[in-house]
Amino acid sequence: MNTPFKLPSAARVRRFAADNVVVLIFLFVTAIAVPSSKLSGTYIIQDLLTRYGRNAFLVFSLLLPIMAGMGINFGMVLGAMAGEIGLIFAVDQGIAGVQGLLYAVLVGAPIAILLGWIAGQVLNRARGREMVTGYILGFFMDGVYQFVVLYLMGAIIPITSKAITLSRGYGIRNTLGLDSVRQSLDKLLMLKVGPFTLPMATYLVIALLAIFIVWFRRTKLGQDMRAIGQDQTVSHSAGIPVERTRIVAIVISTLLAMVGQIIFLQNMGNMATYNAHRQTGFFAAAAILVGGASVAKATIPNVLVGVGLLHLMYIVVPPAGARLFGSAQIGEYFRDAMSYAVIALALALHAWRKRANAESARAGLRGAASGAVDPAKTEGGAA
Amino acid sequence: MNKLKTAVADFGWPRIIIFFFVVALFVAAPFVGVRVDGALSDVLARFGQNGILVLALVPMVQAGAGLNFGLPVGIIAGLLGGTLSMQFGWTGWVGFLGAVGVSLPFAVLFGWAYGLLLNKVKGEEMTIAMYVGFSMVTFFAILWLLLPYSSPNMVWGYSGSGLRTTITLDGYWTKILNDFLAVRLGRFFVFPTGLLAFFGAATGVMWLFLKSKTGTAMTAVGSNPDFARAGGVSSDRMRLVSVVVSTVFGAVGILVYQQSYGFIQLYQAPLYMAFPAVAAILLGGASVNKASMVNVLVGTFLFQAILTMTPNVINSVLQTDMSEVIRIVISNGMIIYALTRKTKVSK
Repeated sequence: MNTPFKLPSAARVRRFAADNVVVLIFLFVTAIAVPSSKLSGTYIIQDLLTRYGRNAFLVFSLLLPIMAGMGINFGMVLGAMAGEIGLIFAVDQGIAGVQGLLYAVLVGAPIAILLGWIAGQVLNRARGREMVTGYILGFFMDGVYQFVVLYLMGAIIPITSKAITLSRGYGIRNTLGLDSVRQSLDKLLMLKVGPFTLPMATYLVIALLAIFIVWFRRTKLGQDMRAIGQDQTVSHSAGIPVERTRIVAIVISTLLAMVGQIIFLQNMGNMATYNAHRQTGFFAAAAILVGGASVAKATIPNVLVGVGLLHLMYIVVPPAGARLFGSAQIGEYFRDAMSYAVIALALALHAWRKRANAESARAGLRGAASGAVDPAKTEGGAA
Repeated sequence: MNKLKTAVADFGWPRIIIFFFVVALFVAAPFVGVRVDGALSDVLARFGQNGILVLALVPMVQAGAGLNFGLPVGIIAGLLGGTLSMQFGWTGWVGFLGAVGVSLPFAVLFGWAYGLLLNKVKGEEMTIAMYVGFSMVTFFAILWLLLPYSSPNMVWGYSGSGLRTTITLDGYWTKILNDFLAVRLGRFFVFPTGLLAFFGAATGVMWLFLKSKTGTAMTAVGSNPDFARAGGVSSDRMRLVSVVVSTVFGAVGILVYQQSYGFIQLYQAPLYMAFPAVAAILLGGASVNKASMVNVLVGTFLFQAILTMTPNVINSVLQTDMSEVIRIVISNGMIIYALTRKTKVSK
């Protein structure tokens, strides 16, 4: 306590554990579940490879708002909805294959930009509580989405295909078969390596996105975002248009989520018209946090590690639950509980650390006698 | 005129629009063949059914801990009390009051732990509270399957273990408050005296609590933490008390809710239960850092009136079921409105 600026090695280990406690807990649980699941290594790896292609893009869409200091963009579900509307039109027009996906992206883009702009405006008015506001905004827009898709489509918005319309003449059916575009991106360039098949085209798209993000960070706009993420007041005095840049971050995030959802759904092959987007934000947030990201700092490795870990758990825990407790249901509840708890824990650790830092800074002002708060000392909450 | 303008601005346009929307619904009801007395009876029953859950939000708002999106923590305590009381075979008043009694220690314990956590994350309570609630609900979903409940009225018939998703309270304490001293006027209108009296008593207790020394100190912490600290009030302690009280009211609230509903709903059911309560109190005029009994009463009544009336009236007018969309847009719109308002210095 009397040497606050020099951490002894034991404290350093604890510090590392405290910094990575979320990842460590997750690794621990999964390490127990993998052997008890009795799944073959080949099966697990193939499933993981598929899930990487399906989910990674969506998780990437969270990076920019975190960089801009807006926390986890739970409002990304708005983008997911835009993507779904794009897919509805692609199916309605009967455009098959990758062209269908491109068409969906083209239709979805203006909607995503509009929704992103609205979300940015709302979040600018809710500073300091962007995350909860974004979350509720997702709920709100879900209502609007339902109104548009269930009542306006086929009534005011022209829908030609009878097959996707409800029997009453308007509104889209609860499940939309995506046969025309099913796995068209994945199958564009399938690579067979031993027992595994790799959807190289999807990976290529994800890699391009990663390169785009690396490049974007170095642009003027990217630098502005990082500056805002550090300190809004200082950035403002430095002449950075804070509000505008924050809106741009959300618009890009929404656009990426739109594309991500289309990639996700083309892999799934059908779409629960009114539910497909409900869990999108939750999965993406859990993935990036499991990967070791915090609310204020997230990197590309965080995304890649997180998607792998989260989905590894999602694959192995239900069969493990079935073997250990005689009920796969328990495994399913368990993985949900783990994911929720991981989000709660990661958010809590970050908030708590921020406060501890602020307090130790204040203690420093008061003089060394009062001592600094050692974050590793009082680690953990009761999450 | 200026006074009126500031009054309107203070109250907020969305609330005024929704208020007139509700009035319009009641006025339109007879013209589309919906009985106003029957509808009013439903609204009253649902007002009493949901009221205490809304009431539970007040202490945390007052103590500056924000809207309690973690209300499911209290709800779970209430569900534990309810299921245990059934397991013990308690029926009637013993069953209901026993459920409340059993749930209290759990509520205090959960609330205390939850409050300790929230004290560590000041300023970010709401998002974290939400996810704490979610993880609590899903974690207890596992326990509902594993705990050794054995009453044949509660467990799955074929396996003989694990609680059912919905458990009927018939023969235990279905509508025990609703039917207590209920007054029937005509064929369609029932005044649920017992239910409203219970809700009234709970509101009274909360009011007295907020007026007590502890309650005043709590409000001081919420309004101005530095001032409170200068006055010798421990902000952490007061916030902890507010979270415990909120959780206890949440536990009692869900029991009142379920006796009126007639079923205990387990597993994923409590996941989103905090959101309608939050929407209701905001609709009643509360803000993120200020809430009163009036906000609770007005908000719950208006919100339940919308939920009851829109399916009837709107569906008769439009010949389609739009009530779900209206409910989602109004309740979440209200929450966004409150979250995006500049937090004013409380008066």
